[in-house]
Amino acid sequence: MTTALASPGVSRRAGRRRTLRASDLLSRSGRLVLMLALALVFLTPLLWMLSASLRTEADIARNPLGFIPQTWEWGNYARAFDAISPFLLNSVRLAAINVVGVLVVASAAGYAFGRLRFAGRDVAFFLVLATAIIPSIVLLIPQYIIFQHIGWVDTQYPLWVPRVMTPVFGTFLMRQAFLTLPQELEDAARVDGVSVFGIYARIMLPQVTPALAAVGVFTFVESWNDLFGPLIFINSTELQTLPIALAQFQGEFFTTTNLLMAASAITIVPVIVVYVLAQRYFVQGIASSGLKG
Amino acid sequence: MATLIAERPKAAVRPSRRRALRQQTLTGWLFIAPLVLGILLWQVAPVFVSLFSSFTDWDGITDPTLIGGANYADLLHDGLFWTTLGNTVAFTVGVLPLTLVAALGLALLCNAGGRVSNAFFRTAYFTPYVTSLVAIGLVWTKLLAPRGPLNTVLSAVGVTGPSWLTDAHWAMPAVIVVSAWQGVGYPMVILLAGLQGIPESLYEAAKVDGARAWRRFRSITLPLLTPQIFFVLITQFITSFQIFALIFVLTKGGPGNATNVYIYYLYQNAFTFGRLGYASAMAWVLFLIIGIVTLLQLRLQRRWVFYS
Repeated sequence: MTTALASPGVSRRAGRRRTLRASDLLSRSGRLVLMLALALVFLTPLLWMLSASLRTEADIARNPLGFIPQTWEWGNYARAFDAISPFLLNSVRLAAINVVGVLVVASAAGYAFGRLRFAGRDVAFFLVLATAIIPSIVLLIPQYIIFQHIGWVDTQYPLWVPRVMTPVFGTFLMRQAFLTLPQELEDAARVDGVSVFGIYARIMLPQVTPALAAVGVFTFVESWNDLFGPLIFINSTELQTLPIALAQFQGEFFTTTNLLMAASAITIVPVIVVYVLAQRYFVQGIASSGLKG
Repeated sequence: MATLIAERPKAAVRPSRRRALRQQTLTGWLFIAPLVLGILLWQVAPVFVSLFSSFTDWDGITDPTLIGGANYADLLHDGLFWTTLGNTVAFTVGVLPLTLVAALGLALLCNAGGRVSNAFFRTAYFTPYVTSLVAIGLVWTKLLAPRGPLNTVLSAVGVTGPSWLTDAHWAMPAVIVVSAWQGVGYPMVILLAGLQGIPESLYEAAKVDGARAWRRFRSITLPLLTPQIFFVLITQFITSFQIFALIFVLTKGGPGNATNVYIYYLYQNAFTFGRLGYASAMAWVLFLIIGIVTLLQLRLQRRWVFYS
């Protein structure tokens, strides 16, 4: 994109190779500056949140733009934590259940769809994929009606049972991963008399850890950031998850910007940490979804 | 993988073979049982419940009353239905090109540099995408406040910034920009994967032929990227047409109904006004709109999407 910048006007005597290198350097540094500026655009709101979470309210009011706190108010986090710890606990517990549950259900189904042969397999796989076109909003109201009938409204079941039992994208990713494994692995185990379940659990599953990581991270982020579920199915304050509690009770708990930003940071930062640690798998998972499209 | 069974010695007696087949089927279905059960319970059954309830007057507590197509007919005369539909279209028309162009630009930048810097910048641009929309929405509420950081910057250059989120003219553009900022990472990663799939040899050949950067972009990059652009267009349309979370946190549909969008109005109908039947009808109309537009896009793709 920027390589055309430096190519004209350089004397021919300098030699083709050297001009290319000089132009490379110029365009490379130009691009780097641009990319840095853009990175700042993308990260500034998050940096501002962190900075505001560590300042006094008066400090923020006096200078909304400042990024360096006059005094570092680490106590803000202790106070925010006090207010949100029950919701944080709910979110952590739900995320753990969802990740483990989805990994079990999606990897078992993905293995069967990818490696086992049985009557009705392709019809079942088609049925599973076909449900992906139904917008979640269409399902929300009837799910609410169903949960009300079975007494699940205002319990935490709606926040994990349906998610754990319908990991369509996760099953798809797991199936793709299992399909790439060589047949010899299974054959050898079968000759040794390992059961189908043993082959799945002990031989094949360890081979697809990148896909498991991708599905796990996706599930964690989805569960943690879920808005509709807790908003619609939960009424009791003590059952609420972190993001919804933040939105609904902000006036009650956090009348000040600094505490609200500290609570926001506690909500946002764990996901960013998980994402940065596992981003290779995360990005691969997204990229493969696009390639199939 | 299919050959394994066929290659077994033919000598095997029939009954035992049939038993083995039955055993295989049972095993397979056991593996997929939780998923299939889940799909039936939490997706297929709700579809029928939703379809049924869209033809009823139902508050969710007392028994439903069948009212035929009245909900659908009422929608046509509901001014707010049209307002929110219009706002949703406006939001989509604003956010879709912005996101697409930004994602393409960022993907090109991230594809051009060294490996380490690319990973770093890709991570930075993608980060907003994993943040909770509620929490990051609260941060933006502060950033866009009348005396918040943004207006402080503006006043430093002599501009009096509006009250972004409560100004009828500025609320929607503000939501669009925040939404693009938050959502651009996903399409960027998809486009980046597409860029990385384009063989370097094509560019080298074009360079030998004297094609400049812009020409190479137009004649190689863009055509070979059309499958990914198409995918992004379809998925982004579907998600942007269902905008809810940012509206819920930033504006609550206000000021007036300036940013009241389809799903927000649907949510209000179902869970604030207790009109579950009416809201179900809205959900189906939305499904229909999204379905038609997606089908249209699928038909049109033959004209411009290039599959090598």
